[in-house]
Amino acid sequence: MKETTAKGKTLTTIKSVMVKNTMIIILILVFILFDILTQGRLLYAQNMSNLLLQNAYVIILACGMLLCILTGGNIDLSVGCVVCVCGSIAAQLMDKTNINAILVIFATLGVALIIGCWHGFLIGYKRIPPFIVTLAGMFLFRGIARLILDSKTINCQNDLFLNIFSSYITFPGIDAGEVKWSAFIAGILVSIVYVIMSFIGRVKKSRKGYSTPSLGSTLTKISVISACVVFYSWKMAHYKGIPIMALWCILVVLIYAYLTKNTVFGRNFYAVGGNEKAAKLSGIDTNKIFFSAYVNVALLAGLCGLIVLARVGSVNGDTGTQYELDSIGACFIGGASAYGGSGTIGGAIVGAIVMGIINQGMSIYGLNTNWQFVIKGAVILAAVFFDIRFNHKNTAK
Amino acid sequence: MMTIGENMFLGNERRIALGIDWDETYRQADKLLRQVGLKEPATTLIKDIGTGKQQLVEIAKALSKDVKLLILDEPTSSLNEQDTKMLLDLLLSFKKKGMTSIIISHKLNELAYVADRITVLRDGSTIETIDNPEHNIDESRIIRGMVGREMTDRWPQREHNISEEVGMEVRSWTVHHPLYPEKTVVDSISFFVRKGEIVGFYGLQGAGRTELAMSIFGKSYGQQISGELFIDGIKMTLGSPREAINAGLAYVTEDRRGNGLILMKCIRENTTLACMRKISRRGIIDAEEEVLAAIEYRNRMDIKCHSVEQTVGTLSGGNQQKVLLGKWLFAEPQVLILDEPTRGIDVGAKYEIYCDMNQMVADGKSVVMISSEMPELLGMCDRIYVMNEGKSVAELSAEEATQEIIMAKILQSVAKEGSMTS
Repeated sequence: MKETTAKGKTLTTIKSVMVKNTMIIILILVFILFDILTQGRLLYAQNMSNLLLQNAYVIILACGMLLCILTGGNIDLSVGCVVCVCGSIAAQLMDKTNINAILVIFATLGVALIIGCWHGFLIGYKRIPPFIVTLAGMFLFRGIARLILDSKTINCQNDLFLNIFSSYITFPGIDAGEVKWSAFIAGILVSIVYVIMSFIGRVKKSRKGYSTPSLGSTLTKISVISACVVFYSWKMAHYKGIPIMALWCILVVLIYAYLTKNTVFGRNFYAVGGNEKAAKLSGIDTNKIFFSAYVNVALLAGLCGLIVLARVGSVNGDTGTQYELDSIGACFIGGASAYGGSGTIGGAIVGAIVMGIINQGMSIYGLNTNWQFVIKGAVILAAVFFDIRFNHKNTAK
Repeated sequence: MMTIGENMFLGNERRIALGIDWDETYRQADKLLRQVGLKEPATTLIKDIGTGKQQLVEIAKALSKDVKLLILDEPTSSLNEQDTKMLLDLLLSFKKKGMTSIIISHKLNELAYVADRITVLRDGSTIETIDNPEHNIDESRIIRGMVGREMTDRWPQREHNISEEVGMEVRSWTVHHPLYPEKTVVDSISFFVRKGEIVGFYGLQGAGRTELAMSIFGKSYGQQISGELFIDGIKMTLGSPREAINAGLAYVTEDRRGNGLILMKCIRENTTLACMRKISRRGIIDAEEEVLAAIEYRNRMDIKCHSVEQTVGTLSGGNQQKVLLGKWLFAEPQVLILDEPTRGIDVGAKYEIYCDMNQMVADGKSVVMISSEMPELLGMCDRIYVMNEGKSVAELSAEEATQEIIMAKILQSVAKEGSMTS
């Protein structure tokens, strides 16, 4: 009798851990699945490195898209086209003029900011539904991008620009050989810092006297995450080292994770999405929150335009097609509520990586693109279905 | 956007070969509306009739399905006394026709009036079932079952230390309807509340009390607002809820689920929402301070929950109301405006909320209480303003106010209006 209750207890703990980390578990399962399907080719250093580079755009856009979704399930349909506009402006400026690449970057981001303010103004202060504003933006900016490009493909050969976004960090001395040790060292350093920070946080919490998660679960979490970091840096070390694009991604992710989790400004997005009227009566400037969401997403789309230009090396009228859908998908796979008010940057990133692994796994496996679409759709639906089933039982009435 | 008739037959449409038989729909709807005592034609848009009448439409809708058992959950919580009486009489007439009704309510006088048997539930189990054949059961008899003990005082005692200083004063405050600017919702109202004083506002549904409070609270309602507002003797213009909060005002809404709480968020996040600056430095939240603040207010308000991380939507109505009140006390207001603070919550929670109000005034703050329950206003307030149709029709001290006098003042003003317009 006693044994069964103990067993039952462990079962419920396992269940609650599974429920809490559904997306992480799905990520691991998807990874293992494609690893088996591709007979380990997914694990090749080059493929692992590309996994990040090819999905950098989703990761960056998902951070901005999450803010919009938080405000009440609103989405920005125009991001793909803003990516294209910004990419083409940068490409044309560097191709046709001699302006310094740094200035070009700032000018492009400035244009993105203006686009964001325009959308934010219409949505936040004029209260036109976001779907309509950004749908219009989608056509508008796709057209403008093609006008800027004059329907051509423009290449980017500016070395400074390419260095800023798509080169690899190498230290002379340690990275001369086959293995780029700097990447591995960086990976180890990052995980050491992470371990120390987690422990300091834990000690601080328990000293203040409120409950901390069990030591076992903390240790598991820390060891899994640091193992992943070290493993990934090992893989990068065996390819070309740390890609600068990875640093851009990490920077954006860290900024937005901090913003949403630790600042009053970030909390306001959740409040507005949770109950706009209550947020307003609590003194939150709801118009400003809508405005900021669309400014941020456009700014990130601008950055993304530069990154895509650098990675692909050229831009044409179709650049950025469906990027909005990928980033929306990443947010929803990552557990963001379609009604707003809940969702995390971490979740959105996991969502982006799940989609990335599926994409890349399927390409390596040799599945044709038509099937890739079918499977992507199925995965989004399944992920959201499980999330609602297990995590939102009490809210779904 | 739908008509009464459409609503009544939603999902139960009167069909003809290729669609809906609208003539039949409206004919039947009209018949049912007459049964529940509504005179509006069934083609009226549902949004154009008051909440009281909407409630009656809801009942007519139930009748359209030929019911044998009618269950009503707090049917009168948004009704005024007149509409309530009508609804209850309707139930009595259904009873004569042989229909069974179950009514779930917090309003004991209504149960005493209408129910043949009363079952008391507490903490998820049945406490007792009391027969009420003569419809004259003593309310305190029901309360005894609800709280598990005899409740001698429904209103906690307090010392009356009213200061001479005025906490908030409003002079000739006028507000127009947000959509129809020609309609005056609040008409030249003047009132004041001293420090250490509880001032009540009574009025029938639609008297403009909520609108008055919300328009004072940073122009959260209405347009073309005019009039003067003084807080601590200083003239203020408050253009947004933020400015109102900073000026020391707090408005506890009557609709806690609609615009008070974020139901999907936890107690902690709801508690600190109106005053984030207390738990943040330069816009960065101090997570530990936030948890401690939430725990402090959880304990102070005696909110029953397993942790401050519990989602507010999973709490009972009374506990939600305590979270809402705690949220506004956390903002440390000088003037607390409570709009129907005890609507739909049980007797025990009501008592605790009354105690919190008394604590506020004992600390030298001002409290404005809007309520449709006359006994609680009479039990709690030092002075009562009576409103009708957007106008202030009387100001009564606690000593002189009785239910009869208040109703008489309202009826007088209605009569005056009538004679003026005719």
